Amino acid sequence: MEVILIFTLALLLAWPLGHYMTGVFSAGPHWSDKVFLPLENGIFKLLGVKPTQGMNWKSYGIAFLLSNLVLGIIAYLILLFQHVLPLNPNGIEGLSWDLALHTAVSFLTNTNQQHYSGQAQLTYLSQGFLIVTLQFVTPAMALAVCVAVLRGILGGRNADDAGEGEERDLGNYYQDTVRAVLRVMLPLAAVVAVALSSQGVPASYSASPTVPVLEQGQSLSEQTIPLGPVSAMVAIKQLGTNGGGWFGPNSSNPQENPTPVSNAIQTIALVLVPMAVVFMAGGMVRRRGLTLLSLSVMGFLSLLFIALAVYSEQQPNAAFTGLAQQAGNMEGKEVRLGTDVSALWATFTTQTSNGSVNAMHDSLNPVAGLITRSGMLIGGIWGGIGCGFVNFLVYVWLAVFIAGLMIGRTPEFFGRKLEKREISWLGVLLVLPSAVILTFTAITVAFPALTGNSNPGLHGIAQVFYEYTSAFANNGSGFEGLGDDSVWWNLTCVVVLILGRYLPLVIPLLIAGSLAKKRRVPTTAGTLPLFNPTFAVTLVTVILVVNFLSFLPSMVLGPIGEALELSQHTAVLATQ
Amino acid sequence: MSIIQPGFSQNPADTAAILRPALGLALVMLAICGGIYSVTVTGISGALFPEQANGSLVSQNGKLVGSALVAQPFSAEHYFHGRPSSADNDPMATGGSNLAPSNPELRQRVAQTSAELTARYQIAATELPVDLLASSGSGVDPHISPAAAMLQLQRVAKARGMSPAQLEHLVQQHTELAQWGLFGQHRVNVLLLNLALDAQHPLS
Repeated sequence: MEVILIFTLALLLAWPLGHYMTGVFSAGPHWSDKVFLPLENGIFKLLGVKPTQGMNWKSYGIAFLLSNLVLGIIAYLILLFQHVLPLNPNGIEGLSWDLALHTAVSFLTNTNQQHYSGQAQLTYLSQGFLIVTLQFVTPAMALAVCVAVLRGILGGRNADDAGEGEERDLGNYYQDTVRAVLRVMLPLAAVVAVALSSQGVPASYSASPTVPVLEQGQSLSEQTIPLGPVSAMVAIKQLGTNGGGWFGPNSSNPQENPTPVSNAIQTIALVLVPMAVVFMAGGMVRRRGLTLLSLSVMGFLSLLFIALAVYSEQQPNAAFTGLAQQAGNMEGKEVRLGTDVSALWATFTTQTSNGSVNAMHDSLNPVAGLITRSGMLIGGIWGGIGCGFVNFLVYVWLAVFIAGLMIGRTPEFFGRKLEKREISWLGVLLVLPSAVILTFTAITVAFPALTGNSNPGLHGIAQVFYEYTSAFANNGSGFEGLGDDSVWWNLTCVVVLILGRYLPLVIPLLIAGSLAKKRRVPTTAGTLPLFNPTFAVTLVTVILVVNFLSFLPSMVLGPIGEALELSQHTAVLATQ
Repeated sequence: MSIIQPGFSQNPADTAAILRPALGLALVMLAICGGIYSVTVTGISGALFPEQANGSLVSQNGKLVGSALVAQPFSAEHYFHGRPSSADNDPMATGGSNLAPSNPELRQRVAQTSAELTARYQIAATELPVDLLASSGSGVDPHISPAAAMLQLQRVAKARGMSPAQLEHLVQQHTELAQWGLFGQHRVNVLLLNLALDAQHPLS
């Protein structure tokens, strides 16, 4: 019940937001200009950018990569020297060079994989100032790339007066990024942050008070209650598909997620913008069909996964058989939340590239563990802001190509032919996830000294696979039992993070730029219709088959093997 | 409309033209998002909701005794006990057990807790509420299920010399229902319940 209510509320809010975003990123005046234009123009002057000046896909891509590089260097330096910088009332130490590098890249790539524990290892400056900034800017950057790709689909902003093969204007990267921050992310985050504080999320710059516990004579005689500008960060980490959290265990921590209402707000915030992008996309290409197609495919897969995860967690944890009541799996979950909304969150957080958790994924039952991994591997069910929809478009292009082959027609998308160049790049994107994730998993598992995991057997392999999957998907959730603050883990994850972030954004930008230049072929009776149920079913099949082929063997070694092992184990216990 | 042509030039002036917006963007965003946004939102939240924004601290007789959001360890007979914690109830080191259902270590831990609880409360293991055996995600979950509170009722009533009916009434007063009638599970905040006990029925 609660699950359906939250899902519906999120969809209902995403609709108007998507409409608003279409207006913000379309050419021509918009009512929000009155509020934001003066500030924006000031910023552009400071940056030395002419917002009306368009960019082709190469300039757009270079601007995107370069601004990331600069931001990354600044982030690394702040983290490395946080102990001598201001805003450190709790006297926290600096990070080691490899942990600082991993943390900088992890937040730069919108992943927020944490190999540290927030409240103990980062200063207020690092958390409240640097990381909050990255959490705003990185989704905005990806959203900008997504908007540029969508413009490319219609042939660019200069489609009407540019001829075949001429450079196409995909927009101005800096204008798009600044607008995404100021007009979309900031207002949303401010509202959510204050709403969360009303529920008990700390918002304070005071040092943390230390209080003696009520019953003395125990292993713990006093508690230090962590404070900080927590709500400001939690709001944007949810909205920006960032993930992570102020506290190590994220939103299972009662200070980060104090009530069921704060949980509902955070769950909605988690999928809100990715859902809104789906509404925006249809508006940007002026075809409602694209929104309907995306909504039905993503909605179907999303609901299917949610149902499986909720069912999975309502089942007892196998380790509790015969030792407690037959009830849902509460290991690693909070009483105020219960199993259903924890499973909902686990599904959403891995489908979008968010990755914050409100229950410990290590202790999920195997089916839900499988669902979380599948969501990350697919990466296009809602997905991360911007990159999720771009991933989805890649699946659409693939499905167009495959369907074209099956019916013997040249594959075309919005009247532009997908030819050898585009298909080759699609091939790269297709192979990339399995190549990267499986290679690193294989190396790490081969050297047990490197892994440092908390669980034996099949689950140990699953932990390693999960960590790299999460890094590649720029998700950031983890099977937290992994001893992942080591030079090996930090550096390999940095490589995986970078590959998983930049190639899946820049290659589609290239494809869109290349498609945009092509001559438009008129729609005829022979054109493959995209916006109908047949194509939707094809698309679902393509998404599932591609991922099955890439990852079925590793799933069998991980969660599927574990599930079989457990059911056998449970059967043995039941007969005793 | 002109379109910037791609590629880096060897001309230093051009490199500057490409670097300036990248560096500018980083600095402006640090100022707006890290600075203005964080400070404003934190300030507004603190002004509107001073209690919640400062850690939901609880005091008794003018003395701070903890946070309503953070579980404390209890083991005495005259107090209700919370959930098992993998973090020793330390809010600076929160976290779960991270043990998978297939992990023998988890089975062992649960078996031990189960044996302790069945011995203490004299009921069958299969009657034990799960939340008293499962460690929470944060390690500082402040709540237990109403069933877990009811299980402890007789013990606490006896230790305090209260009638079980009287105590049951107090537990019911401290049972939080679904928030706004829509969200969340029924639950009892252990610290607040124990504080109420100390205030209303102090140990003589």
